[in-house]
Amino acid sequence: MNARPTPGVPILRLGDVLVTGLLNELDDATVVAFTEELTTRITADRARGVLIDISRLEIIDSFVARTLMELTTMARLLGARVIVAGMRPPVAMTLAELGLRLAGVETALNAEHGMAALGWHQSPRPSGEVPHEGTR
Amino acid sequence: MKGPGEYGGTGRAGTTTLNGRGPERSGAPAESTVLTVRTEQDLLAIRHAVRDATLQVGFSIVDQTRVVTAASELARNAYVHGGGGTIRIEYPTRPGAVGLRLTVDDAGPGIADIDAALTDGYTTGAGLGHGLGGAQRLMDEFEIRTRDGGGTTVTVTRWADR
Amino acid sequence: MSSTEAAARERVTGALRAETDTVSDRWVQLQLAQEELRDIVSEGELREEADALLGALLQALESDVPANRVVATDRSLRQAVTDLSMRRARAGAMPTVTSLAVLSLKEALLEAVQRQTRDTEELFTAAVLINRLLDAAGALSFETYVEGREEIIRRQSRQLLEVSTPVVRLWRQVLAVPLIGTLDTTRTQVVMENLLEAIQEHEALVAIIDITGVPTVDTAVAQHLMQTVNAVRLMGADCVISGIRPSIAQTIAQLGIDLSTILTRATLADALATAVKLTEEATTHRSAGVQENP
Repeated sequence: MNARPTPGVPILRLGDVLVTGLLNELDDATVVAFTEELTTRITADRARGVLIDISRLEIIDSFVARTLMELTTMARLLGARVIVAGMRPPVAMTLAELGLRLAGVETALNAEHGMAALGWHQSPRPSGEVPHEGTR
Repeated sequence: MKGPGEYGGTGRAGTTTLNGRGPERSGAPAESTVLTVRTEQDLLAIRHAVRDATLQVGFSIVDQTRVVTAASELARNAYVHGGGGTIRIEYPTRPGAVGLRLTVDDAGPGIADIDAALTDGYTTGAGLGHGLGGAQRLMDEFEIRTRDGGGTTVTVTRWADR
Repeated sequence: MSSTEAAARERVTGALRAETDTVSDRWVQLQLAQEELRDIVSEGELREEADALLGALLQALESDVPANRVVATDRSLRQAVTDLSMRRARAGAMPTVTSLAVLSLKEALLEAVQRQTRDTEELFTAAVLINRLLDAAGALSFETYVEGREEIIRRQSRQLLEVSTPVVRLWRQVLAVPLIGTLDTTRTQVVMENLLEAIQEHEALVAIIDITGVPTVDTAVAQHLMQTVNAVRLMGADCVISGIRPSIAQTIAQLGIDLSTILTRATLADALATAVKLTEEATTHRSAGVQENP
């Protein structure tokens, strides 16, 4: 696989976690290129976790849903855990009505929750506890 | 949250015109538009156009999402199975409600078994096979016609009280 | 179109063109004479309606559409009639008030023709034409009125629905929706929308759906419950269903409905205890605070 960087979709590395996000303006080709680049990066960076922030996505159709499921499966095969974070309420409702469940995909309320589950905490607390009160 | 009061009850009287041929007074734009589905880029353009249309009609955010998602499914269907086609956006009205109607036309081979195509999980291409059945669930009205000589027309409508 | 009919149409059109303002005034006066209408529609509104409708009518008459098809085909005219009926329906007017509006227009129009001609034959054909023209308007007006009332009922029941599905915060990051009554498609959508928004707002980790007040759970209700649970999980929160009475458990088992992927508890108290435990785990374990979608 020789994936070129996907325009507009940066993939950052934080320790052994890759952090990235999907934007609303993606066409199919970009989504496919993104999948390829991400799997390449998982191997290259020896990532153990991937956080995909989807809080900017205004719709998820069956194509994007399938991509997220495939990505999760591929990442798992490569030894990384994928967490999809920040799905908007209307998008979740529409997906549920559409009959899609994103089988096998792990979801988190927002990027902070997702990162916490991947072993990262948003503030340097010695106890390592996630601050739950007044997080926003 | 749905906003039943968005169009403000009886307040629309202010837009009536003397000669009756003035600007649209139903609160919805009347002009229909037709877009072509030929490339993947068109799918993106269609999502944009349909989103704009839902905003014009004044749909709630959830209804906007439902309609744009349904449009995306149907347009992709036409692109993948129908070898491309057209999508028409219309603004039907009925007393007390405004609507958005999408008519997707393709010149593909047609659908041999419509019931099967509407069943979840049925697919002959990319996606999850939720396209047609999903669009049906997201919209209030759904109609599909497939012709023997080829070609399929899907018409879907979503209504919102005003 | 026969020549007498064409002549009658020319006569009515001519009278309306010459006396639009007079017909409009007279129509408004006739309507104001009805007591039931006075509190519902103001004189200014009546005048606006009259101007819009007569303007559209005149324009439609000048086209070559047959008289009995004018109302059916002319958009502006339909709209004017619909607006008029809808306003009365929304204001809570009696159906008779709506039909009287069209009837009194007939009267005002006929008077205008009468001022143009005294010939009995001509008056008769004009009256026939006016009837043919406005009967369709009367029918449309009544139809709109009924739909308008139905719309109000729909709106009220939806408002009732929204107040009857409150999302309450039971604990830090734990929300609950007590459901009362049956769970159909519309209600599911309202519950889901309220619940998902509350989850986002409170960053809730667990949502409890209490179905103590739901009389029966059939396949459709179960499907709607599943849909709601799926949406909650897609957001990244977990769902617990509480208030499953023995009789409902029995039905669910007999119908073979699979709720095995959903956490269920008998009472709201049990569900809350479970939910609190889940949120505590979320702060201590890496794995919690994230939903695995089955």
